[in-house]
Amino acid sequence: MLYFSKLRITFVSLITLVFIYISSSNFINSNNNFFEKKINLGLDLQGGSYLLLEIDNKPIIIKKLQNSTTAIRNFLKNQNIIFSDLKIVDTNIFFNTTNKDQEKIESLFLSEDSEINPYYPKYKTHQFRVNIDGNQFKLEFSKYGLIDIKNSSQDQAIEIVRRRVDEVGTNEPNILKRGNNRILVELPGLDDPMRIKSLLGKTANLTFRFITQNDNDVFGVEKLFFEDTTEDAFVSKRIILSGDNLLDAQPAMNNQSNEAIVSFTLDRVGAKRFGKATSTGVGKQLAIVLDGKIVSAPVIRDAIVSGSGQISGNFTFQSATDLALLLRSGALPAPLNIIEERTVGPDLGQDSIEAGIIALLTGFILVIVFMFFKYKFFGLIANITLLINLFLLTGVLTLFEATLTLPGIAGIILTVGMAVDANVLIFERIKEECKNEKNNIVAFDSGYVKSKTAIIDANITTLLAAIILFIMGSGPIKGFSITLGVGIFTTLFSVYFIARLLTALYVLKNKEKINLI
Amino acid sequence: MIKFNKFYKLFNITSFFLVIISILFLIFKGLNFGVDFKGGTLIELRVNDNQANISSIRQSFKNMDLGDVNVKKFGKDNDFLIKFEKKDNSSNLIELIKNDLSKSIGDNFTFRRVENVGPKVSSELLKSGIIAITLSLAVMLFYIWIRFEWQFSLGAILALFHDVIVTLGIFSLFSLEINLSIVAAILTIVGYSMNDTVVIFDRVRENLRKYSDIKINELTNISINETLSRTIITSMTTLLALVSIYLFGGEILKGFSLAMILGVVFGTYSSIYIANSTLVKLNVTQKTVLKEDDN
Repeated sequence: MLYFSKLRITFVSLITLVFIYISSSNFINSNNNFFEKKINLGLDLQGGSYLLLEIDNKPIIIKKLQNSTTAIRNFLKNQNIIFSDLKIVDTNIFFNTTNKDQEKIESLFLSEDSEINPYYPKYKTHQFRVNIDGNQFKLEFSKYGLIDIKNSSQDQAIEIVRRRVDEVGTNEPNILKRGNNRILVELPGLDDPMRIKSLLGKTANLTFRFITQNDNDVFGVEKLFFEDTTEDAFVSKRIILSGDNLLDAQPAMNNQSNEAIVSFTLDRVGAKRFGKATSTGVGKQLAIVLDGKIVSAPVIRDAIVSGSGQISGNFTFQSATDLALLLRSGALPAPLNIIEERTVGPDLGQDSIEAGIIALLTGFILVIVFMFFKYKFFGLIANITLLINLFLLTGVLTLFEATLTLPGIAGIILTVGMAVDANVLIFERIKEECKNEKNNIVAFDSGYVKSKTAIIDANITTLLAAIILFIMGSGPIKGFSITLGVGIFTTLFSVYFIARLLTALYVLKNKEKINLI
Repeated sequence: MIKFNKFYKLFNITSFFLVIISILFLIFKGLNFGVDFKGGTLIELRVNDNQANISSIRQSFKNMDLGDVNVKKFGKDNDFLIKFEKKDNSSNLIELIKNDLSKSIGDNFTFRRVENVGPKVSSELLKSGIIAITLSLAVMLFYIWIRFEWQFSLGAILALFHDVIVTLGIFSLFSLEINLSIVAAILTIVGYSMNDTVVIFDRVRENLRKYSDIKINELTNISINETLSRTIITSMTTLLALVSIYLFGGEILKGFSLAMILGVVFGTYSSIYIANSTLVKLNVTQKTVLKEDDN
């Protein structure tokens, strides 16, 4: 165990130097662009906001069911099937039929190439699960039907979230999918997420619809409230324009009333429809409805054919800016709820970094002083190894651009405490071997050999704990598992290559000395 | 040579009662779960003038109708930690609190940290925390079972259970907060305690092969003594590192490092008195390990 070939010595030194160089890029700000990677600081160290959003898919599911009822109604009519009582209750579609048609319907819904109940060729299961109770059919989305809905709403939502966050212009946001109905938003450096939260909390579903007085509008009527008031009005369900038709929206000041407004430009289809509706509807009130509330309902005085217009409604310049931003970025497919929020201010992050560094230095100094007094020269070897180990650890973290968190720093300090264990196991074993063996080289060699299984077992158990933490942990805790886990590998490397090399060189020079350790 | 084996019985009984008392505490007093696991809101508040004291801050928060509000000092004199469980989760809650607070104590404060965990997320975090700890115990059990005989595996796992339960018991006794970092600490304790046990077991196995005429009671004692200086040195260096985190690592890491310190102390103790005395109880002999070698 004590023999090192020249090649191996070169190799070990080379690796060590490379990692020291890599880790130095974290401490030295040079313009030398050869190596640019750095350890990322977690949100708890650099300050910032972590928001976990959950998509409320129920409105989408209901909407899809409504579309499906229309399709089912037409489909059954075309097949000349008599049915009654087609309705949606909760997230199920119900309808009744006669005994005669029951089997036919069943086969239409459950055949592998069913037109009305697709997905089978792709997923080996249908979009709807069909339950038959007497003459009543019950349809509900199957697991894959739901997954399909969730995935597509998540895809749309993440796109909109990204646009809104980008519009606010925060520093390198990180927006990721979590599961199939959640979105994680990390905003480094943002210490007050209030504005982003309020922007993400709005669906921004914009429609232009006529206010009507008569209840028997062909498209149906609903009663909606005005924003911030208890006033209400009947609004037709017929949508003249929606947010989809908007090309651009910008905040502006109305020169006459000195009020903040949002001016918008429509796409070609939108401009045509808006022109038609405003020319036939002169004198009518056009309600501008945002997320189920009427923002304002101006009276149409002239036909608007220019394809642009403006929204007024008690805005401050800030709220007009936000509304314009929401309209530009588009509507969310479904409401988002913030189910977890963690925000750390930049000064706390800085304090944590300082505290972490002080704790690391103190821990390191205490351990090296202890080791030096305990083992003298070999303590020195263990300490040099420990220092190189720290460089290797930061080097690996830098190479992978890992994220360092406060618990991650704790993991490094813990590594300092536990890393000497392997050297201690070896030194103690060598001491024991020296009692019976006068030849230093033989004693050192067997000390290394005999301590090996214990060292490997001991490190594997810690590694297993780190792996489980990595898999199960979130955010800062993941950072801890990374430094702890990487620390085990760098420890084994530094103990078996660096410390052993230094020990070997020393022992070979002092072969004859008694009580060497 | 220290006669550890003389105290096997005494410490077995002590540990038995420690575990029973801890379990009773866990059942009847329960754990003080933080917002990570209980849901709710946590605010770390720094007040920049010396006028505000804890009672005035407590009073201002009481007036905000947030339910049961817990206010305590956090490290420095002008830092406070406020926790409450408010069910409705309006997205501008924090803004409202800020406005209310500036009316009662002035503008001279900052929210250094805000954590808001919904009930769904907190129950998921609790579930994954429990799974993580159980899984780590199972994985350790399995690993020792592969590396050693089942008697060793049982001894190690009893020691682990002891460490985890007693550490949690102490957290319950002093109502210390259990949050995500405590789970990380417990998992690390599991790894550390295992590490300690394995080193002694490795020596027990070696000695079992070497001596056929020494009884297991004496043999474990020899093995413990042979590895004792390593046990002490490693525990010392680990504790030195942990104590520096506890003292200088800031308030956020206090609970984490305390749990780890307790874990290292109990882990070292249990490796000697629980893991090894289990081997004695199960009457492990040379045959046990030789059989393993034949396979």
